[in-house]
Amino acid sequence: MLRKEVTENEGEKVIQGNEACAEAAIHAGCRFFAGYPITPSTEIIEYMSEAIFKNDGMFIQMEDEISAMCAIIGARWGGKKSMTATSGPGFTLMQEALGYGVVSETPVVVVNVQRGGPATGQPTFSSQQDIYQAKYGSHGDYEIICLTPSSVQEMYDFTIKAFNLSEQYRTPVILLADEIIGHMRERVSIPDSVEIEEKEAIEKCDEPFRRDKNHVPYAVDFFKGCNILVEGQLHDEKGRRIGHLADKSGQFIQNITRKITDNCAELTDIRHMYIEDAEILLIAYGSVVRSAERAVKTAREKGIKAGLIKINIIWPFPEKEIFRLAGHIKTVIVPEMNMGKYCREIERCLKQSKVISAPKLGGNIHQPSELAEIIEKEAALSYE
Amino acid sequence: MNSLLEKYIKKESLPYIFCPGCGNGIVLNAMIYAIEALGIKDDTACVSGIGCSSWIPPYLNMDVMHTIHGRAIAFAEGLKLSQPDKNIIVFTGDGDCLAIGGNHLLHAAKRNINITVIMINNYIYGMTGGQKSPTTPIDAKTKTSPYGAIDNPIDGCGVAMSAGATFCSRWTTGHPNQLKKAIQEGIAHNGFSFIEVLSQCPVQAGKSIFKERDPWKIIQYIRKNSTITSVWEDEYKEDKIRLGNFKKETDKREYCEKIITLKKRMKQE
Repeated sequence: MLRKEVTENEGEKVIQGNEACAEAAIHAGCRFFAGYPITPSTEIIEYMSEAIFKNDGMFIQMEDEISAMCAIIGARWGGKKSMTATSGPGFTLMQEALGYGVVSETPVVVVNVQRGGPATGQPTFSSQQDIYQAKYGSHGDYEIICLTPSSVQEMYDFTIKAFNLSEQYRTPVILLADEIIGHMRERVSIPDSVEIEEKEAIEKCDEPFRRDKNHVPYAVDFFKGCNILVEGQLHDEKGRRIGHLADKSGQFIQNITRKITDNCAELTDIRHMYIEDAEILLIAYGSVVRSAERAVKTAREKGIKAGLIKINIIWPFPEKEIFRLAGHIKTVIVPEMNMGKYCREIERCLKQSKVISAPKLGGNIHQPSELAEIIEKEAALSYE
Repeated sequence: MNSLLEKYIKKESLPYIFCPGCGNGIVLNAMIYAIEALGIKDDTACVSGIGCSSWIPPYLNMDVMHTIHGRAIAFAEGLKLSQPDKNIIVFTGDGDCLAIGGNHLLHAAKRNINITVIMINNYIYGMTGGQKSPTTPIDAKTKTSPYGAIDNPIDGCGVAMSAGATFCSRWTTGHPNQLKKAIQEGIAHNGFSFIEVLSQCPVQAGKSIFKERDPWKIIQYIRKNSTITSVWEDEYKEDKIRLGNFKKETDKREYCEKIITLKKRMKQE
């Protein structure tokens, strides 16, 4: 059930992406934050160390990212909406506990402000290299919900959305930002109220992990008389392990993945521009959208029929919607700040199109002119 | 049927997975009696990691979190902070707590956060089949130290106390009454409590360390090689393992309490 929550500090202001994320978390009802400082996400933990106490929440700086991820899962079972924020190496350390969050079906939000990797990589530079880690980082078969903001405003909006989706689907949700968005200062409009997903925790229940028709289990908390067994092993409705039962174990994996894949349409969030008559299409997510948007406009000014698809939720992959919008388009360019990762998904989806990867490494974002050049080149080829 | 068994154990989860002669049952028993004596069943949650010891809570008719290897204390800290009025008990083992989870033990002790950690020390990795643990005695031949353990064992109580734990006890499964009392006091203590239980693993440690498969004989052996003391000397030279209630410090403030005071102060300002 969505509930209207009145926000403080409404109005327009210029703030940093990381600050917008932290402020949104408070507005979304986050009352527990555990983290460990790491560039370029540190401003989030700094902001939360002050704001969360003012809002009657709890804050703890943990000894590492492993324990930070564990602590937010523990706190969520205590009934508090919880979040952590990290970058590159810290996100790697969180993966095991993230998998535990998936299997135990704990609604938490994990923010990864991406930096350049691998290893220590480029701590102060941006990248989109973690998009596969966000989906496949923990061992085993599972699905994840992952949002990619491309402006400071979206950093605010998507953080609230991330909390709502985590509660709705009872699963960890990843807000996959990048250094550019995290550190950029932009005008943000804070609404006077936001819609918050809140499920009343049920009391005295024998089967706390019973699912509804969407494969989503009940909202349950500790200390409500349910005697819950939260398990990392595959488990039945009562929380008892079923690892020795092949059928039930397979069914469990089906349940935790299908609660996301079956609801893919609802989890599809795509924006587009100039797509009606587009012959060349850019598909982008995260900060790269900004350059892509400029490049498409430049191309249009030159009379090239270019269009843009912007993906707000990259996982689950919005296969059907992308095919519906772009299945007929001949040339598709996928600019990314990595070696070319998401373009593989696009290739798989748009088999009829010529899918061109436009990778960018080294920490810099694509210049709009670079992308415009690629568009012009492709346009020239198609006219030949 | 024993009324406490009815009240505390999920019948449908039985039988236990513990090997015959395992010490876990004695610890479970002591813990149930302690909770019953305090009358706090509904206000208590248990958290455990991975390993034989961590399989104790899943049988309990309580709110339980069976987590990942080594991180039980970190989960427990989050749970405690979100519900500061509730009692959180962590079940862990020598490998879970002192090897993979050592860092979390240090920091939880340092914070003096009010959780009770019961570390069952059976000197070996039992669940994976008898490999060397951080407490395996030197020269002991295990599956991963076939020529004898080279590294010195670590003393959990010493580590916890030096890191700042304000309550610390060590007993064996051969001291069930003392153990029950220590757990009771540890839960009642407002601060970080560390209770180590020396336990017999007749299957794995029995085979490789004690050369003895009879659980009672292993308990007797551990008892014979220990001495009861209430004073913890850092410069301890004797060969015997120290047992007892070593520490109960009440003047150090608890972590959640500090935060709550801080929040009150912020409101006034």
